[in-house]
Parts: sequence; C-alpha cells; structure tokens
Amino acid sequence: MAKKKQVEVDLNSDWGYSPAPESKGHIKIKPQYDQFIGGKFVKPSNGKYFDTINPANNEKLSSIALGSAKDVDKAVRAARKAYSEVWSKLSGKERGKYIFRIARLIQERAREFSVIESLDGGKTIRESRDVDVPLAANHFFYYAGWADKLEYAFPNKKPTSLGVAGQIIPWNFPLLMAAWKIAPALAAGNTVVLKPAETTSLTALKLAELIKDSGLPDGVVNIVTGFGDTGAAIVNHPDVNKVAFTGSTGVGKIIQRAIAGTNKKCTLELGGKAANIIFEDAPINQAVEGIVNGIYFNQGHVCCAGSRLFVQESVYEEVIRKLKHRMNTLIVGDPMDKNTDIGAINSKEQLDTINKYIKIGQQEGAEFYQPACKLPKKGNWCPPTLFTNVSQSSRITQEEIFGPVLAVQTFRTVDEVIAKANNTPYGLSAGIWTDKGSKIFNMTTKMRAGVVWANTYNKFDPTSPFGGYKESGFGREGGLQGLSAYLNLN
Amino acid sequence: MAKTVTKKNVKVLENGNGVAKTNRLSVLKTYKIYIGGKFPRTESGRYYELKDSSGNLLANMCLSSRKDYRNAVVAARGAFGPWADRAAFNRGQILYRIGEMLEGRRAQFVDELMQVGSSKLSAEQEVDLSVDRLIYYAGWCDKYTQIFSSVNPVASAHFNFSVPEPTGVVAAIASESTGVLGLVSVIAPVIAGGNSIIALASETKALCAVSFAEVINSSDVPGGVVNIITGKEDELYKHMSTHMDVNSFIYAGSNAEHFKTIQVNAADTVKRVLDYSKVEWTSEKGQSPYYISDHQETKTTWHPIENIGGSSSKY
Amino acid sequence: MSRIKSKSLLPDFKLSPTVDQVGIEERTARFQTRSIKSETKVVGLKKVLNMIDLTTLEGKDTPGKVKQMCYKAQHLHDSMPDLPTTAAVCVYPSMVSLAKAELIGSGVKVASVSTAFPSGQAPMEVKISDTKFAVDQGADEIDMVISRGRFHAGDYNFVFDEIAAIKEACGRARLKVILETGELGTLDKVRRASDIAMYAGADFIKTSTGKIAVAATMPVTLVMLEAIKDYYYKTGIMIGMKPAGGISKAKLALHYLVMVRETLGDAWLTNEWFRFGASSLANDVLMQLVKQETGNYQSADYFSID
Repeated sequence: MAKKKQVEVDLNSDWGYSPAPESKGHIKIKPQYDQFIGGKFVKPSNGKYFDTINPANNEKLSSIALGSAKDVDKAVRAARKAYSEVWSKLSGKERGKYIFRIARLIQERAREFSVIESLDGGKTIRESRDVDVPLAANHFFYYAGWADKLEYAFPNKKPTSLGVAGQIIPWNFPLLMAAWKIAPALAAGNTVVLKPAETTSLTALKLAELIKDSGLPDGVVNIVTGFGDTGAAIVNHPDVNKVAFTGSTGVGKIIQRAIAGTNKKCTLELGGKAANIIFEDAPINQAVEGIVNGIYFNQGHVCCAGSRLFVQESVYEEVIRKLKHRMNTLIVGDPMDKNTDIGAINSKEQLDTINKYIKIGQQEGAEFYQPACKLPKKGNWCPPTLFTNVSQSSRITQEEIFGPVLAVQTFRTVDEVIAKANNTPYGLSAGIWTDKGSKIFNMTTKMRAGVVWANTYNKFDPTSPFGGYKESGFGREGGLQGLSAYLNLN
Repeated sequence: MAKTVTKKNVKVLENGNGVAKTNRLSVLKTYKIYIGGKFPRTESGRYYELKDSSGNLLANMCLSSRKDYRNAVVAARGAFGPWADRAAFNRGQILYRIGEMLEGRRAQFVDELMQVGSSKLSAEQEVDLSVDRLIYYAGWCDKYTQIFSSVNPVASAHFNFSVPEPTGVVAAIASESTGVLGLVSVIAPVIAGGNSIIALASETKALCAVSFAEVINSSDVPGGVVNIITGKEDELYKHMSTHMDVNSFIYAGSNAEHFKTIQVNAADTVKRVLDYSKVEWTSEKGQSPYYISDHQETKTTWHPIENIGGSSSKY
Repeated sequence: MSRIKSKSLLPDFKLSPTVDQVGIEERTARFQTRSIKSETKVVGLKKVLNMIDLTTLEGKDTPGKVKQMCYKAQHLHDSMPDLPTTAAVCVYPSMVSLAKAELIGSGVKVASVSTAFPSGQAPMEVKISDTKFAVDQGADEIDMVISRGRFHAGDYNFVFDEIAAIKEACGRARLKVILETGELGTLDKVRRASDIAMYAGADFIKTSTGKIAVAATMPVTLVMLEAIKDYYYKTGIMIGMKPAGGISKAKLALHYLVMVRETLGDAWLTNEWFRFGASSLANDVLMQLVKQETGNYQSADYFSID
C-alpha cells in the first residue's frame, strides 16, 4: 500500500504557467479626462483634477476631473433640458433603438473596455473579459427591448417616466454598475446624471465616448466625476427626481436621510454578509467550487459575496481540506495575466481595511489560513484568506469586509443554520448546497435575502432581479422588476 | 375605567342591540388596545377623552405609550413567521372571515362612526366600503403572487425565478379622517401579503378602531398579526419610526414634518417608507394589488438545470 | 483480491457522492481559460506525447499495421531531437506478443484490451481467459471493460466482483478499467462506477472504448478525477486516469493536463498516473511543437501517419 500523504498542488513545479499577459497595445488612455455634460466633454469648473491609479502597481494612469456642486448643477440642467425637450418626447421605440446601439458598441469594443477595467480597478482580465463587460452589454440589450413595452410590465397601470435620475455607483464592477443604472433609466424614459467611484472612473468616461458615438441626444446621459461630496451634490440637487445608489450601507443611510421630505424616488443596493450553507448531502466538490466563487471572485469585492460559510459538521473536515487544496491552486497577482484568479485590491485604503479585519480575526482566536503565494512587490495584494473556528459573535462574521476573507462556522441542524444565517442586519444573498430538492425549497424560502443561489453562487443576468432585504437596501435591479425603480405607476 | 353615563350612551346601546327602549341601565364598553391577540389597557395607565360633536364624553381611550408600541412590535415579530408561512388560501379565508364579522356588526360600526361625527349615509358607505375592501383583499391573497412573480430566462443553464415575499413587521399611522376605512385599507393589504402590522388608529375617530380589533379577534387572525393602538401621533411617531425591529412604515397621516422625521429615522435601519398621505381611501385608487406589493420583497432563486437528454455531445 | 482487505472499508456504492453537472461544466470551462504559453507549452506538449497510449483496435489490424505503430511510438518525429516515446501502445490480445517484440528495450509498454472488448458481453470464464492470454503474451497493462448492462440493472456487486476477478487474473500487469461513460447516462453514474472500479482493484480508471460516439469529455474526466482524489484521501492509494477517444488536438490535451494538475496535483502528471488513449493526437502535438520551435504554422504533410 502506498504511503499516505496529503494531496497537494505544487505551484513551483516544472510545469507552472508561464506569464500570459493580455495585450495593451491597442488601448489608448488619455492623460486627462473631463466630465461628460450635455453631450460634450467639459472641464471642471474649479479646474481641478485628481489621479486615477493602477492598483496593481500604484502608478498613475490618468487625471480625472474633480467635479464640484457647480458641475453637478450643470449636468442636472443638461439632463433636465434633454428630458423635457427631447427624450420625454421620443417614442419608446426610438429610445430603445438608441439603447440597442449602445449595447452593440460595447460588444464591438469589449476587449478595450476589459483591459481598461482591469488596469483601473485591479480586477483580473479573465473576469472583466468574461463577466463584467459582456454582462454590461447584455444589460443594455435587455432593457433596450423594454423601452416600447413598458405598459405590458405593470398590469392595470400607466407607467410614466420620472425625469432626471441621479445615480452613484461603486468601484467593484464599474462598467457593469453603470450599465445596471443607465440602461433601465433610459428605457423608462428618464435622463441620467451618473457619478462613478473615484478610484474607477475610466470605463464610465470611455462609456461616455461611446455614448457620444452612438448619437444619443446631448444631455440624456451625463457623467460627473469626483468623490463623496460630488455624489452628495447629486443626491441633494433639488431638480433630481430619483436617486439610485449602490455602495455601502453607511452611505446608503446618509442618502436615505438626505432625501427625507423630498419627493425623490430612491433605490438602494447596499452591503451584505451572505451565508453560504453546505449540507452533508451536497455535491461537495462543486460546493467547494461554489465557496471559492462565492468569496474569492473579484477579490471578494462583491456585496453579495458568500463571506459567511456554514458547513454541516459531518462533512466539515472534508470540505475544509478540499477548500484549502483549491485555494492553493488560485493564482494571485497581475490582473492583466490571463491566468490570474485573484487580482489587485482596488485601493490602498481598502487593503488597509481588509488587513485590519484579518488582524481582528487573528486576535479573536480564529484559525487562520492563507496559501503560500508569491505576491508582486508593488501594488495592493491580499491572498485568499480563510478563518475557521469562528463564532457568530466574531466581528469577522458580523461585519462586511469586502475582501477575499472567508469566515467558517459549523452547524448541526436545519433550524440552527436558518437562525444563524438570518441573524444579521443584512439580507442581500445566500447560498444553499444540498442534493435534496425539498430541502432546497425549504431553505430558499426561509432565507431572508433577495437572491438565493442553490447549488451555484454569484450568478448574474440582466433578466434576473437583484437586490436586498433589510439593511441591504430596497428596490431591484435587473429584470422586469428593475423597471419600476424608474417609473411612476399611475 | 370610570365612565360618565350619558344619554347618548344609553341610546347607542339600545340602537345597537335593536332592543326596545327600556329604562335598564346600559353596560358600557371599555375601549382598550389590541396587542398580541389580547386587549390590555395601556401600560401607562393614561387615557384621553373622546367626545362627540356636542362635547359629551364618548369614551376614555387608551393613550398608548412607546412601551405599548414596543410590546406590539414584539407580538408582531413573533406572529410574522407563522403568518407568512400560512397557505395563501388560508390567509384569504381569514381575511374573508374578517369581512363577514364586520358585516355582522354593521349597525354597531355605523353608530360608532355617527358618534364621532359622520352622517348616517357616509357612515353606512364607509362601513360597506370597508367590508367590500376586506373581501377584495381576501380574494387577492392567493393571486398577487402570480401577478408579481416571474420566471427569468437567464442565459446560463439555470432555472431562475422571482417571487414576492412579505417584508416583515410593518408599522402604520392610519389616516385621521376616517374611523374604520383608513384602518382597513392599510391593514388588509399588509396582512394579505403575509406581514404583521402595528397600526396607530385615528385619534379622533378611535371608537371603531377598537371595535375593529374585536372583529379581527373573532376572525381566526392569529394573535399578533394585527395590533391596534390608540393615542396621539405627536407622541408616538418618533418612537414608531426609530424602532429597529420594524421593517416597513406606512404614513397615512397629514403632517409633512412628521413624515420627514419618520423618513429620517427610518434610514437608521433602512426601513421601507410608504407615503399614503395623499391617498383618497374612498376612491377607486384606494385599493389595488400594488398596496400588497408595497410590502413585498422580491426574492430571486437560482438553480442549475442538468442537461442530459439533449446534449449527448456535451455530457 | 481487492486491495481493500476489510469489507467494512467498502462504501455503499448507492451512496456515492452526487455530482452537479452544471457545476462540473463551469469548472471545466474555467480550466480552458488557462492560457498555456511559451516554455509551459513546450514542456506540456512533451508530457502529452509521453502520456499517449498509441492505439489501434480495429478488426482489420494486421501485424504490419501494429509494427508500423510500434515504430512510431519510439520515433515520433526524428527530425526533432529530445522527443520522448509514447507511454504505451494499445492493441488486441492477438497482437500483444508481436508488439512486445517490436518494443523491446524501448521502455514503451504494451497494453492490451480484454474481457470481450468492447461490449464485455461474454461469460466470466471467457473474460478471465482473455485476460490471462494477454498477460501470458507479455502485456504490461490490461484495459478491461465493465459490464454496463449489469451496472444499469443495479447489480453493483456483480460489477465489483468481476473487476476484482480480472485484477487477480492480471497478476503483475496494471489494470485499467473502462467505464464506457458514454453508455452510463449521467455523471452521478460515472462517479458510482468510478468508485466501484477503484475499490474493486483498478490501477487506472478509463473513460471509453473509443467504439461508441460519445467518448472522453472534460466533464466526465473531471468527475473521475474527483473520484480518484476522494479515494486517495480515504486510502492513500493513487489511482491513474485515462481519458480515451475524442482527444485529438494538442490544445485540448493541454487543458486536460491543467485539469489534472489543479484537481490532483503534480504527482499525477506522469505517464505512471495519467494517459491519453488516442491515435491521432500525437501528430497534432508534434505540429504544435515544431511550430513553437520554428514559429511557422505546420502542414500535416510533414508528419508521418502511422
């Protein structure tokens, strides 16, 4: 009998993967980007710019206009003008055709957008190429078709557009979130003022170039850039009819307070701390893949990340052993390499936050595991991280970390895991792994969360509504349900 | 609770029972609040006087405190899960039963509405409309899910569907202008959708709110699903909107400043806030399945589809 | 008999772990996004060559055909230095002694199919004598088929006992057990058959005979690799894997190597533990190797087709 030894993957063997960098040759990034207001690229009224950097090497990529309240006002005026003079008068059919054009143009320039997304945000080229950019194009394509069919969506109602939508998006899926916001707003007949996150403005501004190419009437989409105060100026602008925000629960609450007493419609897509639950009768190998996809996808910068893992005690050893093995095969490093699984942490600040939580986890006495991996010298990096032996009261199980950090707990019974999974102020998503159909339906019904993935995780589609319960926000993005956020139903 | 016996009261009872006039001393009703399927007095021991248009005392109403509200939220939270788990058909039957019970007490409600100032005609219309509204929502219980659900044709090999699920515990400040219709119009869609509710009744027309609680209590509605308190909006709106275990808030009052504060407070736990202050409950727009969907969350479920039969080359 | 001495260690094969097909396909798609370039590609392609069981299993096989193939196994492309030989040649029992003679001293093994290949529809005695014959003729490896009919009928004990009996008949020859996954219907059944084969004594598990339309696929192979991994976790015993049929392109073969590496680790990346059952794969690999060296895309006319 052969000697018993651990199955390991040695990444330093004679057959490691050679570098496979995505070509950057055909990509042009200008040294400076202005805001897109009223169909033109406009210099910031205060003349100020800020740097956008590549988090994989902390080198500057370009300068971005620092938008002020004055610029926001300009953008809202342009949006209002476009709304009342052009866009609200256009038929749904014609609106739809413009949106279809945008979808097609994104598809044509997909590789360019992927490369810029990875350079600016640190996400792997594999993800921006295979997930972000195609989904963004699909989202425009999906909502384009709704533009002349709105009356079919809401029985017995006459849907009408709202006016100007102010939209603020995060840095984890920059182009995709822009698509999630802009596409339904335009389809419903609104005009838009959108602010991308300060660390990832580039693809939104490239999208502005593309929108200009599409011939969309001036002012229908406006993009202002800057930090939180620029976003606040959008939220507080009296002529904005609707606020849509994706980001942290903390900021979401500020926005909800800020619009109190106004008639602004609001949708919030906020944080999460999802439970990913593995039962003993699950297809374990696929469940392990689901765990990895749930928490290490996009460096864990995912609001619906499966950051709390619950494993039934009878399969705990097996799951953790296989999970560690799988973690060893993950390649951390250059986002532009086609083989990289985990790219750069989006910013120095975010890396500090993640490291703070890793320290907290260690201080709380949880067992800590990171695979040995060679990290580049420059840039912001965090290897996939696992904490076992944690409890429900640990901070790393309660607070959103927004990084590749997984906290594992065990459970024994269905009731116990339902109670623990729902024991959080958040309610965005959950994962269930079991081969038993009746158990799946029990579990998916009991999870107080807006998206439940059963025997899969982190799947997105333009037709599929996404959004949370409780402090994970309200309103839905995607699907028929995503339209109502941008319509008055009379 | 001490009560002044007035002519008015005597008359009410006589009319209400349809009994011939006698000189018998009538038995008066103590108006209490409704929490967790029980009729306690307010824990504060306080009351406010409800008077008719001539200034005669109708009743000493409970002046509910923040603690009464807290107790009601506890009851509502406990009742929420089992109520949401009830079959939709069963919820429909129970709502229908509420309608039946209200219909049976039609005369009492008309009388109580007239005592607080309604004309006979408008009182009758209000009660009839309230009954009809309950029947309307009873019918919706097992239908709105079909209207608001979808199967989503995702591009991957997954079955994907979205269904509405109840938001949870709902707090409501009912319209001040009607005694029973405003209350029925917020309670019915909320519980039809599987939520539980704590409603603050109209302050000046609270008589039938308490009577309506009695109707609820005799209609197989599990204790805690509907909780009705009486008192002053001024005193309670802040506490009601800061309570962290409330998921959704309905405002059907008329004070814009209150509403703004409610919205600000609601943000602490990202409560959903519904503005019903402009709704004309007697109109066509006073009822719709969209009032049910206002207190529903969309849940989307994904599951892989094994594709064996048609994919000999792939498998 | 089986390596597993105590019957209590045998699992209930009806309880073999379940497999989620969509999850398996997503994982295999992910392996195919690995980009294998430059040095990795050259090393990988040479590994592939060295893992091939060069196969001819035709009714029309002749000594001439087998001789030519045996030569090719040792001289893949002589104009290119430093090329390995294939791992083995795979033939019918009647050709074993001839192949053995042709390959003396080359290190190339002789594998023989047996047990009434490819259907397996023969009595046990015939299968055992078929196997013993091939081993007596000098076969280093035996590729048997399982009784798929009995497997579908739920007669797992029969299938188990048959494999164990053939293993005994093999003596020193290594036993590859062909599941004929294209006839099994679901990935769950592939998993169950893999477990039965390994616990009954297989040294290798193999996907296909190559005689039906559906042969090796990446999803099927991944399910079998996972079964091997679980068996290894439980027993510490390494089992080899052989996808056969349908793998004719170098790029696909490299993706198989990626799959093996990330599922089982580098220890399996030798021809002791991993084989390709293929007849036309070698030339495509050779064309890619020459292309890597010269930079020019190649023509099939420059590569021998033995």
